[in-house]
Amino acid sequence: MTTTDPATTNDAPVTRPTATRRPRRRPRGSAITGLAAWAVGFTFVLPVLWMALTSLHTEADAGAGRPQVFASLTFANYSDFFSGGGADPWPPIINSATAAILSTLLVLVLAVPAAYALSVKPIEKWTDVMFFFLSTKMLPMVAGLLPVYLIAQKTGLLDNITFLILIYTAMNLPIAVWMMRSFLAEIPPALFEAAEIDGAGLVTILRKIVVPLSAPGMAATALICFIFSWNELLFAKSLTGTVAGTAPVFLTSFVTSQGLFLAQVSAAAIVVSLPVLIAGFAAQDKLVQGLSLGAVK
Amino acid sequence: MTTVTEQPNARTSSSSGGPGDRPTVSGGSGRGSGGGAAWLRRAPLLPALLFTIVMTQLPFLATLVISFMHYQAYAPDSHGFAGFSNFKAVFQSADLRSSALTTVYLTVTVVLVSLVLGMGIALLLNRSFFGRGIVRTMIITPFLVVPVAAALFFKHGIFNPSSGLINGVISWVWGLFGDTTPPAPDWLSQFPLLSVELQLIWQWTPFMTLILLAGLQSRSHDVLEAAAVDGAGPWRTFASITLPHMRQYLELAGLLGSIYVVQNFDSVFTITSGSLGTANLPYTVYTTVFNAQDYGLASAQGVIVVIASIGIATLALRTVFSLFQPEGAR
Amino acid sequence: MRMRSQRALIGLASIAVIATTAACGGAGGGGSSKGTVRVLMVNNPQMVDLQKLTAANFTKDTGIKVKFTVLPENDLRDKASQEFTNQSNQYDVATLSNFEIPFYSNNGWLASMQGYSDKDTSFDQADVFPSMSKSLTGKDGKIYGEPFYGESSFLMYRKDVFKKAGISMPEKPTWDQVAAAAAKVDGAEPGMKGICLRGQPGWGEVMAPLTTVVNTFGGTWFEKDWTPKVDAPEFKAATNFYVNLVRKHGEAGAPQSGFTECLNALTQGKVAMWYDATSAAGSLEASGSPVAGKIGYAQAPVKDTKSAGWLYAWSWAIEKKSKNTDNAWKFVSWASSKKYEELVGKELGWSRVPAGKRASLYANPAYQKAAGAFAQPTLTAIENANPVDPGVQPRPTVGVQFVDIPEFTDLGTRVSQYISSAIAGKGSVDDALKRGQGLAETVADKYR
Repeated sequence: MTTTDPATTNDAPVTRPTATRRPRRRPRGSAITGLAAWAVGFTFVLPVLWMALTSLHTEADAGAGRPQVFASLTFANYSDFFSGGGADPWPPIINSATAAILSTLLVLVLAVPAAYALSVKPIEKWTDVMFFFLSTKMLPMVAGLLPVYLIAQKTGLLDNITFLILIYTAMNLPIAVWMMRSFLAEIPPALFEAAEIDGAGLVTILRKIVVPLSAPGMAATALICFIFSWNELLFAKSLTGTVAGTAPVFLTSFVTSQGLFLAQVSAAAIVVSLPVLIAGFAAQDKLVQGLSLGAVK
Repeated sequence: MTTVTEQPNARTSSSSGGPGDRPTVSGGSGRGSGGGAAWLRRAPLLPALLFTIVMTQLPFLATLVISFMHYQAYAPDSHGFAGFSNFKAVFQSADLRSSALTTVYLTVTVVLVSLVLGMGIALLLNRSFFGRGIVRTMIITPFLVVPVAAALFFKHGIFNPSSGLINGVISWVWGLFGDTTPPAPDWLSQFPLLSVELQLIWQWTPFMTLILLAGLQSRSHDVLEAAAVDGAGPWRTFASITLPHMRQYLELAGLLGSIYVVQNFDSVFTITSGSLGTANLPYTVYTTVFNAQDYGLASAQGVIVVIASIGIATLALRTVFSLFQPEGAR
Repeated sequence: MRMRSQRALIGLASIAVIATTAACGGAGGGGSSKGTVRVLMVNNPQMVDLQKLTAANFTKDTGIKVKFTVLPENDLRDKASQEFTNQSNQYDVATLSNFEIPFYSNNGWLASMQGYSDKDTSFDQADVFPSMSKSLTGKDGKIYGEPFYGESSFLMYRKDVFKKAGISMPEKPTWDQVAAAAAKVDGAEPGMKGICLRGQPGWGEVMAPLTTVVNTFGGTWFEKDWTPKVDAPEFKAATNFYVNLVRKHGEAGAPQSGFTECLNALTQGKVAMWYDATSAAGSLEASGSPVAGKIGYAQAPVKDTKSAGWLYAWSWAIEKKSKNTDNAWKFVSWASSKKYEELVGKELGWSRVPAGKRASLYANPAYQKAAGAFAQPTLTAIENANPVDPGVQPRPTVGVQFVDIPEFTDLGTRVSQYISSAIAGKGSVDDALKRGQGLAETVADKYR
């Protein structure tokens, strides 16, 4: 059993011919590998499982001195969350969805043409532009927090979801440009040339060639932008109030200064994380492309 | 191809536009020439570029201006020009120095440990075993939990000395051996920075794993096969084929991880509220704005952090850009 | 693969359309409409109760809608100071306290309530404790805040545990007696520590009880002429006493413990004593609490002063910029009214009433019956708290557990970080106070 054993690497088409040369049976180390991998996987997922289990317990069981694995289960924390007479969780959830989805769309609308100008028909000094985009990601967001707050306050845009959408668009646009550029570079140039010979304009090219051919890339970009916008806390908590507060901000209000709250927080944390969990599980391969800015296909 | 695109001044190299070749200014289509065509090329870029400049550069300009002002929001009567006094205060502040060190320490630890763990897990996942898809999903899960939710739960449900999971497991294991007085370390007080790091490592290892796994799977199978035929052992193969191949993926994962971890606010804010030496730069700037309400000082802190970031970023960007070069030539 | 992605994109787009409609319909504005009051408040249980009762009572009676933002204490302070210093007009009303209201009003950030409270006879301002009203009054003599609930600090202890250990707790204990008792009851039951004292950083967290100890040990942050005294022997002795007590006989996880953690510790039998806010008693005696009826209440421990308890009132303030002050007052006067106290008493139980602000509540037989164990000690503590002269020397500002200047939020928080570290064993008290003295010098320069 070696790391190089082709039978254990996963890309089936390539490994097939070698399979005849080497024995087909599972290598000895496989059981140990599997066991180790399962152990590691379980360790990583354990806090989330524990969170889910805690959310189904009563506060008394959740706060007990010793973990109560077999305590009786209840959905009370969830029904309390949605209709407990406290704050209504739907406005913040809708705000989060609005901010995440609309900023993601805006990012795509801006990033795809930009990537076109940086990749398909690159302008001069396109490398500098790429540098510029990525360098904005390295600037600490917190340093921009104060001026952004003051600007929003002076222009009456505090507590306004539209302003949050613009912030999130700016936050994700550099990543999206990088990703889309590397996806567009994959499209065979001959296609663009043919289209230009047919007299297609920029809009037509974007619509007929770029968008359909880079759809998987756009989906990956959208997923990442969605996740980062949904998760954002610092700007949301500083710039919003009674109207435009988002789900992560709402979540922080569950830590009360009195009494037990762990089970409630767990239920709220699960609900708030659910959209990201579903999106991420459904598109694991996109996650890889997205996280590596498109460098890893 | 790479040579062409690397030359920014490619006006002269406007070529025939063969496959894979991307001339940088008005290509073979021959539609117009000179300034008009160049602007036509730039047009699709401009909205994104202008938007980014307005949204990211203007605020920093404002920060720069405010950093030279006495701007203490609690004292509305005494605003005015301050010269370099805010900067002087920043450099004299021991708290800011220590939070800079904390930032470096936190980032380096989290990124390095996540990389090593990620590499190990990626090697495991790259083999075939029963339920590999499920295990991969399990590994990814931490990255998909909203960070503030994860931080909240780690603080109250994992690290809590009396009802947290860690001490619960300890007391359960001790209980198996009949020990009724298990150790119950107070994680957040005894190991505050480690606690924050643990949560971040838990959240960022999946990220590293995914990128590194993709890297492993892109190894050339011909080379691997040749190595196997030549009788290279597992370590030999790992050291002389896998690692060199993985270098750029490690760099990419490390760089991207650093970009996000260095900015981390949610975990520090939620888990320790910056106490016991866990305050990093984002948290310190945040408290100067919101707690002290000293906008001048906060802006000076911001400016210095930005300058330091630019220095580090310039180095890092050279690295990351080299990573994207070969892909452009495909 | 591509087909699936395209379908995903179409799906995304249709969600976006729905979201846009929602954005335009629900989250568009941000301004205040006539019939809405926007309230920023701390998420203490009394406020959470208020939030639950508002729609069915206040809104039903007046037709005025109330929109709340509810935040944990530290978040709330950050948000409120940002809101009021910038006059951002995101909120009409916020929970501030007798710490902020005096200097906020001096800076012109608050709308006066004097005119409203003069006219509104049913509100009965005279029923509010005079010490509270006074501490919520600006330099111009006008009222700028109405208390929602008020508190002092006192010592809570397990009567049963003390009886078993053969210790009696005087009504007005000294800190030496408390320390001796803490040593004796430490370990009285398995896993039980002697005393719970806050160790969590924050000027309103560890600094609050600690400053009352400093006061009664003869120390102060500043003398009358703003000479900082943070590294003076008295301040040092008090801090060493506090840190040593909590390190030796204090709760587990002390450097991260605040009000919540201590409340849980006492409720779950993990400590035998607790020195903290009088408002904790309501939770300890609430139905379902395992320690209800077992708790004794003594006045704040002292050394060189007659009393040491703090005075604090979570209070409503109306932002100057608010264009909605009439409705805001309607909300404030409802929430701080006798009627609201009765509403909570009847609907949720008398122990949950936001107390400590009106004399009439303490004359109410129903409340006396339900809160018999702690009503009198609370009243005594509040009446004896002396914000003008809390220590042995004259002070430059009012305030027991704080110095009433805006800079104290930063000063107190930073010093509290050092002290919290000392409690965790990661630094010395001497070092903490030396750095604190340096910070205090900078602050004093502005006032001398």
